[in-house]
Amino acid sequence: MKKTWKAIMSFALIAAMIFGLSACGGKKTDDGAAAEGEAGKVLNIWCWNDEFQTRFNDYYPEVKEVAEDGSTTTLNDGTVVNWIIEPNADNNYQNKLDEALLNQESADADSKVDMFLVEADYARKYTNSESTMNIADLPGVLDATSDQYEYTKEVVSDAEGNVKGVSWQACPGLIAYRRSIAKEVLGSDDPETVQAALADWDKFAETAQKMKDAGYFMLSGYDDTFRPFYNNDAAPFVEDGKTLNIDKNIMDWVAMTKDYTDKGFNNKTSLWSDDWNADQGKDSKVFCIPACTWEIDFTLTGNADPDGTKDPAQSAWGDYAVCLGPVNWCWGGTWLTAAAGTDNADLIADIMIKMTTDKDILNKIATEKGDFVNSKSVISDLAANYEGNDFLGGQNHYALLSDAAAGLSLKIASPYDQGVIEKMQAAMKDYFDGNADLDTAKANFETSIKEIYPEIETVNWPE
Amino acid sequence: MSKKKISAEREVSYAKWGYIFIAPFFIAFLIFQFVPLAQTIYYSFFEYYRSGLTVIGPNPVGLDNYKALLESDFLKYAGNTVILWLAGFIPQIIISLLLAAWFTDVRLRIKGKQFFKVVIYMPNLIMASAFAMLFFALFSNNGPVNATLVSLGILEHPFRFLSSVAGTRGLVAMMNFLMWFGNTTILLMAAVMGINPALFEAAELDGCSPRQTFFRITLPMIRPILVYVLITSMIGGLQMFDVPQILTNGKGSPDRTVTTLIMFLNNHLYSKNYGMAGAVSVVLFIICAILCLLVYFNLNPTESDRKIKKRDKLKPRKEALNG
Repeated sequence: MKKTWKAIMSFALIAAMIFGLSACGGKKTDDGAAAEGEAGKVLNIWCWNDEFQTRFNDYYPEVKEVAEDGSTTTLNDGTVVNWIIEPNADNNYQNKLDEALLNQESADADSKVDMFLVEADYARKYTNSESTMNIADLPGVLDATSDQYEYTKEVVSDAEGNVKGVSWQACPGLIAYRRSIAKEVLGSDDPETVQAALADWDKFAETAQKMKDAGYFMLSGYDDTFRPFYNNDAAPFVEDGKTLNIDKNIMDWVAMTKDYTDKGFNNKTSLWSDDWNADQGKDSKVFCIPACTWEIDFTLTGNADPDGTKDPAQSAWGDYAVCLGPVNWCWGGTWLTAAAGTDNADLIADIMIKMTTDKDILNKIATEKGDFVNSKSVISDLAANYEGNDFLGGQNHYALLSDAAAGLSLKIASPYDQGVIEKMQAAMKDYFDGNADLDTAKANFETSIKEIYPEIETVNWPE
Repeated sequence: MSKKKISAEREVSYAKWGYIFIAPFFIAFLIFQFVPLAQTIYYSFFEYYRSGLTVIGPNPVGLDNYKALLESDFLKYAGNTVILWLAGFIPQIIISLLLAAWFTDVRLRIKGKQFFKVVIYMPNLIMASAFAMLFFALFSNNGPVNATLVSLGILEHPFRFLSSVAGTRGLVAMMNFLMWFGNTTILLMAAVMGINPALFEAAELDGCSPRQTFFRITLPMIRPILVYVLITSMIGGLQMFDVPQILTNGKGSPDRTVTTLIMFLNNHLYSKNYGMAGAVSVVLFIICAILCLLVYFNLNPTESDRKIKKRDKLKPRKEALNG
């Protein structure tokens, strides 16, 4: 009895091992014939969060049903949209996407990347490569984009001027502030009064001092003011692929943030951390947050009203308003690109046209989600006729931002920006926290940059 | 004669089956461990990384990667690793020895031994990464630990654990301690229970105090297991990665003082820098091997070593006698 048991067990183990080994050999699907001219039934979309996914599920007219776990969306013609979501931080999304794109040729039709999303911090890496399709090659897309803001096309254009991506949003920067704190400290929550108190960085500091005296923090953390400075840099971080030039603006941000930290103007948080999110809630003591239009729906609303009550008594719903702040700036945006080698070009073209140029859909996104949509005519119409956003206490932020949006630029975007920005913020945090002096922080930054970008040979700091 | 033949045949067939049964391991080892190992060493002499969507190399660069490694902060990360390991290991071995001595002490007759054994082993069952996530949430600036300390009036403001060097290192050490002290206790208990009870009885009859019994009998008798614990813990300590990586979000902050050697290695793998990563791995392998050999030969002298030592001790006396 014991012997037979042993024999059975050993055979089972051997079988398990052999099966385990052969299972690594890769599966081959037998419907590879789809590539022959006819469109594939699977659309793989790569992205780093669910922002576009929710927009797509809510507003794309062909959506039939969404899988219970949200991982796929089925369209009316039976095509299944696969959402491949990889977290963005630490270049993770870029690295995973690179891996997939490098294997694009050998992948079978249904597992190829069909469409992927990029943000401004690394858009140029992909639009300057062979991996993205020129939108002129997608039927009808280029003609439909005439109403979009110029900067949204500029940042995804390659060296020859071919546009390689489209976005449904433009992203003018703003300062979102708490109406209740403004009333108490500045005497009024009117955006014009608050704007006057935040008109330049000197006034900004004066107001910060007032906030501190009244027991509030001006800002939540260190990284909040990074983008307004960085977006006004004179030149891209990396131009020749070898030298990283740090702009004087970045050092101004470092000096200002150190000063604010020492004076107790901020609550010492880092971007996206728990306490940063909490600082946007009802009980927070933080007066304002430099934010972008996409953050109103994607970040602020959820943090100010975590239970979705839309009730000003239980949340900070309606207690926010926006003004332009000291400088004009923008923070990224999300672009849709078609991956070279896709077998769903027509579908991608339709998605791009509907989601980024269809005025009815864009109008709905703007009025329901507060997103600053990428259509000059829709925005100018909203600037004149929109009755106001409930979350912002009835403010029409399109009227405020429509002029600023026309002057936006992302000329300074380089393929290295995500890594440079993340490592800069991480290294300087040690300086702000008092764990390192400025020179050590700089040295740590250089070390981290050379680790993730071995091709960078020198880092130049401003005088 | 016929008997002899049969026995010979049996021997041959047994050996054959033996080899067949161990073959799967060796095949798997060759494919999944030996080949990558050889490749790691091979690529450490090449420039080989990815810049965006272009693969650079492999171009042979000789010892350049090793030179760059020497110029980097390698020693600082080695220091971090040792500090983090020792800060966890020293309390771990002390507590484990104490617990093992108590649990095995016949006179104490602790009740519910099984229960305690299970409980102290529990933290080891959680994935290190999940454990680190848990601590990250517990000790965050507005997390429950800070909330409790502030509401109890112990602290006036929340203590920013993960922004202070001692706080972050302390948390890593504490996690490693919590995860491994149960495992070590059980190993040491097994070792103590393997000691001949007659020795303890004799000690008791001779009037040994519990302390004397512990230092003069228990400790020397469990030395082989202690060496084993030390070596495995040291290897584990050198390869410390998941706990600090997740606790600090991969940054090794503050001021890179929680960056361990493997985190340093992982930083290079972000850009798929196989050359530098290979060089780091090779150096790490050499350090690991040297340390293990040192510990092994110092703490666990073999029979022949002991004889040599005895002879050395005896020699002068003999010489003295002769002289």
